[in-house]
Formats: sequence, C-alpha cells, structure tokens
Amino acid sequence: MSEFTYLFRGGMPPGSSPEQWQQQMQKWVVWIKELGGRGHVKDQGHPLERTGKVVTGKEKTVLDGPYAEAKDIVGGYMLIEAKDLAHALELSKGCPIFDVGGSVEVRPVMKLDL
Amino acid sequence: METTDHLFRREAGRMVATLTRIFGVYNLALAEDVVQDAFCRALEVWKFRGVPENPSAWLMATAKNRALDILRRDRTARTFAPELARLLENESKLAPVVDELFSTQWIKDDQLRMMFSCCHPKLSEEAQVALVLHILCGFSVSEIANAFLNGQAAIEKRISRGKKVLAGSRRLFDISGTEDFSGRLPAVQRALYLLFNEGYHGASAEFVVRAELCREAMRLTALLLAHPLGGTPATYALAALMCLHASRLPARVDAMGNLSSLFDQDRSRWDPELVSEGQRFLELSATGQELTAYHLEAAIASVHASAVRTEDTDWQAIVSLYDTLITINPSAVVALNRAIAIAQRDGPERGLEEIRAIAGSDRLAAYPFYSAALGELELRRARWEVAREHFRTAVALARNPMERRFLQQRADVCERCRILPNLAS
Repeated sequence: MSEFTYLFRGGMPPGSSPEQWQQQMQKWVVWIKELGGRGHVKDQGHPLERTGKVVTGKEKTVLDGPYAEAKDIVGGYMLIEAKDLAHALELSKGCPIFDVGGSVEVRPVMKLDL
Repeated sequence: METTDHLFRREAGRMVATLTRIFGVYNLALAEDVVQDAFCRALEVWKFRGVPENPSAWLMATAKNRALDILRRDRTARTFAPELARLLENESKLAPVVDELFSTQWIKDDQLRMMFSCCHPKLSEEAQVALVLHILCGFSVSEIANAFLNGQAAIEKRISRGKKVLAGSRRLFDISGTEDFSGRLPAVQRALYLLFNEGYHGASAEFVVRAELCREAMRLTALLLAHPLGGTPATYALAALMCLHASRLPARVDAMGNLSSLFDQDRSRWDPELVSEGQRFLELSATGQELTAYHLEAAIASVHASAVRTEDTDWQAIVSLYDTLITINPSAVVALNRAIAIAQRDGPERGLEEIRAIAGSDRLAAYPFYSAALGELELRRARWEVAREHFRTAVALARNPMERRFLQQRADVCERCRILPNLAS
C-alpha cells in the first residue's frame, strides 16, 4: 500500500439552497465512511478556511489570497492509502465534490527510504 | 447519527428569522450570508466527524457565533436592530443577550414576526406565499418554481421584489401589539391557506414536493396557534381543515401511482391521527361570533372524514355547508363543488342544472375538473359520448401527467361503455 494526498478544490456554488447543502453533506458522510470502512483513510486531514494570505518572494510580500478564484482554493486535504496511483484515482471518483463542479488533485506522497 | 429530511431547509428559516431580528430587517442579505456560512461549516466538519448528536443546535450555535463576530466587527460600520444598539456598546452584556435571543422561545417568535412581515400589504398574495416559502421554509427560487409550475424568472422577480419591500421596512412586524396583530392576521392565515392549497390541489406532478408544502403550511400554522394572539377561532378552523385534508394525502395516490378521487379512495389509508387532530381543532374553533370560510371548509372535510364508506356520506349536511360557504366565498370553484354535492344528494340532472347556473363559469373553463365534473355526471346519466367529450376536454387541460392519466382513464371508461353498454352496470 502507498500513501496519497487528496487536495479538494472548489465546492458548493454561492447561493446554493439549504436542500442542496444537506444533500452534498450527506453524500460526503457516506463517501468518507465507505472509504474509511475499507481501510483507505490514513488521516482525515482538516478543512481549511477559505480566507488566508500568501507570503512570497525575497521581500516576503504578503498577498491576499491564496487564490483569486474560489474554484482554485484548496478547501481541505486528506491522506489515503491505495495500491497505486491508478487505484487512488479510482477511489477519488466517488467524491461528491464532482457533483458541484469541484476537483480532487491526487498526489503520491514521496517515500523517504532513509 | 443520520440527519432528518429537510433539516437544513427548516433550520435555514429559523436561523434567518433570528438573525434578521438581531441584525435588523434591512440586513436581510447579511443574515442569509451567515446561514450559507453555517451550512458551509457544517459540510466541512460533519463530513469528517459525522453528523453531531443535535444537528439543529450545532447549526444554531454556529450561526450565533458568526453573528457575534459580525456584531463586534461591524458595530461602527453598520446599523443593527435598533433595540440592540445600546447593548452593542457593552461587551460584557453582548454575548449573554445574543445567547438569550437564540433561545427556543425567542426563535419561535422570530419566525412569527417574519411570517407577519412577509405578509406585507404592499405585496400580492402570490408574492407573500413565495416569500414565506423562500425565507421561512428555506426553499430556493428553482424549488419554488418547480412546486408552483411557474417560470424561474417570474418567481425570481416575485421574491426579489418581496425582499426589497421587506428590507425597506424599518423594522420587523411587531407581534406584541394587539391591534397590529389582529389587523394582519387574516393576511397571514390566507397566505398559509394558499400555501397548503398549492400543496394539496396544486399543479406540480411531484407528490413529494406537494406533501412537503402541506407539511410546511401545517408547521407554520402550529406556530401561529401557539401564540396567545394567534390562536383565534379562525386559526383553529384553518388548522382543522389542513389536518383533515392532509389525512387523505396517503390515499390520494393509489398503489399504481395513479390519482384517486375522493369517491374511490381507500379510506382505510386515511391517517387516523390527523383526522382526530383535525376534529379536535374543529371543536376548538367553534367559539366566538365569526363564521369563516375556514370553518365551513373544515366542517365539510369533517363530514367526509366521518364517513367510513363513500356511500355513508351525509350529503345533506355537505350541501347545506356549501350553501353557507357560497355566501361567504361566492367563487366559481365553490359553486362547482356545491353542484357536485347536490348531484350526490339529488342525482346527476340536478347537479348539471346547478353547474349550468354557475355565474362566471367561463372562468372555470380552463380548470380541468370543471369538464371532469360535467363528464362524471353525464356518465352517470349514461350519455357516454357527451361524457367522453367532456373528459377529453379535461385531458387537454390537465396540468401534469398524473392528472392527464387520471382523466384519460375516465374518458376510456366512457368509450368502453359506449361500445359495450352492458359494462356500465
């Protein structure tokens, strides 16, 4: 088994109805429970606030951010276990974020054989 | 722990009502943002940790904390509810006061206050109902458009104008003033009645959506009943008619998913708890001087509810209730229902005479159940062809597939009888 990080971007569009929020929430609960039940969730990670700043350059300039567009903002991350990248991608496809126009970036965690 | 159906929707109404009380009604949009924020947080936290033990309380507490942040942050930049201005200057009192405002009893009053505010005399009845559904019941524009079989743009316009009128008022409606309260109460009752009717008789094909509208109307009526000034005989009568009609909802669609008329319904599927609740409310409504249309409609529903079989129905009682109802509400639809009751009592010829005598029956022409009533009575007189034509007219006017199927089946019955009259018996 190898480790992968899921980076979640985007999500519910502004002005979604309460019913849509609830449906999205319920789908997430089901998806994560199922992933966890099959032993794929290594670490549930944390949700991230949508606000924040970026420090950049030698001058250590502080920018508003982190991104200009809501769909680019990382809303949270999760550490999962899968056989290989293909398997991790397959598992990510059940994520309800796709229903509302969001995306999942799947990144293998580097193995450090020290 | 699983969430109950429509939890977010219901909580949205409660949160907006309380938040507008705190922020002031002109900050309605801010209140709506806070609600969105609470849902966003719920999504983020619950998806990993699961739904908390008391999800309603969790959402309310989240909205409350967010409200406190905003009150502290924007206290100089914004004007909040005038009643709160003094308190906002005193940090030590702010949190306990806001805590208090989020307590259960206050939240009930907040919803009533919002209900009365939505029934603003500047707004049409349709706009009032749409606004109540949107703000207090948490339905989105497209959900309302779907339930009312109305264009999205029309509903959008209705709601945004409603919100403008609402946000333009200096404060929410004062529900403690007896005079104001009684003055607007009829408009509120009417809006709840229309909301219920849209669910019960409305055009939307989705049974689930319509049952939900009925439930919402009943929930808000219960809030009204619980208020010392709201529990008038007319409100009890309104609650009674809702319960008695709602008791039949499980039987209105048969096992095949087809619409079933009051005459053919499997009455064992009527909800006995709602029937007895309705009868109880009807008894409680029988005080005071005023006999309202709600009283009469509830009484008619009650006569139906007491008949174990269709043939046990006391049509004499129903006709005389309609006789009174038509003096209070001389509408063509009431006249049509009265004519049907007369046909039940005195036979189809008399019913047809009554239908022909309805003043303004041209306004009924677009109503599919007007032609259906004519068809039904002609069918009983064995005039198969005439009956079939009436049902065909009704089919063309049907507002959804379920109605169409129902009316088409009646037309088919006429056709079969025409070919094989022996079948008619």
